[in-house]
Amino acid sequence: MNIYSLLQIVLFMVVLLALAKPLGSFMAKVYQGERTFLDRVLGPVERFIYRISGIDPKEEMDWKVYAIAMLTFNVLGLFFVYALQRLQGVLPLNPQGLGAVSADSSWNTAVSFASNTNWQGYGGEVTMSYLTQMLGLSVQNFVSAAAGMAVLVAFIRGIVRHTTKSIGNFWVDLTRSTLYILLPLSIVLALALVSQGVVQTFSEYKTVNGLQSSAEQNLPLGPAASQIAIKQLGTNGGGFFNVNSAHPFENPTPFSNFLEMLAILIIPAALCYTFGVMVGDTRQGWTLLIVMTIIFVALLSVAVWSEQGGNPAFAAMGIDQTQTNINPGGNMEGKEVRFGIVNSALWATATTAASNGSVNSMHDSYMPLGGLVPMWLMQLGEIIYGGVGSGLYGMLAFVIIAVFVSGLMVGRTPEYLGKKIEAYEMKMASIMILIPVFVVLTGTAVALMSEAGRATIYNPSTHGFSEVLYAFSSAGNNNGSAFAGLGANTPFYNTILGFAMLIARYWLAIPALAIAGSLASKKKVPAGAGTLPTHTPLFIAWLIGVIVIVGALSFLPALALGPIVEHLMVFK
Amino acid sequence: MKNQLRPALTIFALLTIITGVIYPLLVTGVSQVLFPSQSNGSIITVNGKAAGSELIGQQFDDPSYFWGRVSAVDYNADLSSGSNYGPMNPALLEAVQARIDALQAADPDNTLPIPVDLVTASASGLDPHISVAAALYQVHRVASARGLSEADVQSLVEQNTEGRQFGIFGEPRVNVLLLNLALDGIK
Repeated sequence: MNIYSLLQIVLFMVVLLALAKPLGSFMAKVYQGERTFLDRVLGPVERFIYRISGIDPKEEMDWKVYAIAMLTFNVLGLFFVYALQRLQGVLPLNPQGLGAVSADSSWNTAVSFASNTNWQGYGGEVTMSYLTQMLGLSVQNFVSAAAGMAVLVAFIRGIVRHTTKSIGNFWVDLTRSTLYILLPLSIVLALALVSQGVVQTFSEYKTVNGLQSSAEQNLPLGPAASQIAIKQLGTNGGGFFNVNSAHPFENPTPFSNFLEMLAILIIPAALCYTFGVMVGDTRQGWTLLIVMTIIFVALLSVAVWSEQGGNPAFAAMGIDQTQTNINPGGNMEGKEVRFGIVNSALWATATTAASNGSVNSMHDSYMPLGGLVPMWLMQLGEIIYGGVGSGLYGMLAFVIIAVFVSGLMVGRTPEYLGKKIEAYEMKMASIMILIPVFVVLTGTAVALMSEAGRATIYNPSTHGFSEVLYAFSSAGNNNGSAFAGLGANTPFYNTILGFAMLIARYWLAIPALAIAGSLASKKKVPAGAGTLPTHTPLFIAWLIGVIVIVGALSFLPALALGPIVEHLMVFK
Repeated sequence: MKNQLRPALTIFALLTIITGVIYPLLVTGVSQVLFPSQSNGSIITVNGKAAGSELIGQQFDDPSYFWGRVSAVDYNADLSSGSNYGPMNPALLEAVQARIDALQAADPDNTLPIPVDLVTASASGLDPHISVAAALYQVHRVASARGLSEADVQSLVEQNTEGRQFGIFGEPRVNVLLLNLALDGIK
């Protein structure tokens, strides 16, 4: 690793953490219903939406109504995206004349975008019309992210409030997340991306003649920047083009790459600060942000080291993999020169730490340990920054476990931020942690035992196993990235991964709301001498320990069969 | 459930209009005015004809041109893709060896070490760039094929080298299409 690699990583982390506070306090204002500088423009729009919908924004919901509202909204979105894909052939804004998407692929994509996974079973440029991309996928990018943020805010209210049933109004949280947070950030980012060369047009694809042979090259275009901005900010990750942000029209320069990477983590990181503000103790938010950052940097180092180290098989052929100022070196298979090793590994780590799932390099071609990092980050449950909203409520489930276990050690009833953690909260938190583990491991086992699951594995040997494990880790934690060699656009994978995504999203969101409802109804207990402070270095170390141990115990056997044994074979 | 159906429908419809229609139209409108070239694909025009995009690589395998990255889709921009070969896949090692053989066959006297990005497939299959090392490796071949001096070709490479963006972001690199256009004296 040379000085430029190090500088780029440091700069990225510094900018990310520096933005957490201003954006975080802005979001706290939005969720606490305070006035912001955007009120003048967006206030009338917001009130218009409530009036047409017959909503009283002051009327609050208990957790069950909140969950029903969220589910109703998502089911509606799912049907709409499905219908759009099936009918796009006869609908307008389809200059390439693309036909209807197959039923199983439409189902998979509809679930994928409604659940904020954005697994791509399809290649955008040959499958989706401009209308489907805009009206279906782009919209879900906004609202699935906003729904995740709404659930988080309800969860935080559950901690803050006491002896009440109400945890907020889903429609208000959804609308305010979309209008005040996601939309303005997306407009700014989209225009910045266009300035770097991301395409944004409704013209048909452009045909050019190559220089060497005059062979025709058909350049795909479309309203890409507007979708890419929200795909990054909403931790969605579904690309406009097949290779996602590796495509030069989706991510043309190192600076567009920097902005897109920042957009992946910025909202989840800032939500930690929002959490601190809303619970009235910003130290609590910083604690969680520090835990996330420590795990992130540790795993990032492994990924960069592994990829920069290169492939020993290439070295044996006499290829120069040494990093110099004119040669990125390392394992460049499946990577773009403008990004080199460090920006590829940084992206791979960020996109799987958050539940984003966009890629700027091909994870399938990573060295074994370089590929293990994104896989394990997903398996940890998408809580290292995590998805917008979902990452932090996932992390708070781990906090509940950590507080509970430490309470058991000293024989006291555990409490967190003035709320007693009892059997009900523990049950729900355990469900939130065990459901993804169950989905990933059984899904992988079922796929490997079935003919249809094995048929489309691309790489031979242990790497093929990793492809399947990666697919279920991705779907089972709503990430969406892939070891893309696996042929996943088949009825088998479209169906089974669709169910994995559904379970992973809603069997976490619903228990999270249940915890919120339970905590809200409790009395506040003042901190006593036996209360475990949850903002100390000791707690940081303890929480990291709990996360790593749960993650390692759940997945070490599976990882041993995949990337670990592959590593031993490559470097024997 | 029933009480939530009306807000679900109306909010869905209104947010669809805002984020699915107004937002992309607004971004398109502003982009087309502020960044007309970028938003339409950064097309390079030669003698009034579109000769390619500055951002999308093209196939080059003639010894008199600089070659780009290996492409899993032969620079067919219809469907972008990487090779997706795992690091131990025999097909990967064969493909790399075939590329080494092709480079050496086109330039048997070249004793420079081959930079890794010249023999590996890019992520998109459309990577417009190669590393500076990969361009310098090819100077000897291109100069002999065109009967030019190596110094002249090398200075063209230097003129077409992009540094790190703002001095820090990304990797120094050479745009293969722009370099080859410069070689042909077109641009």
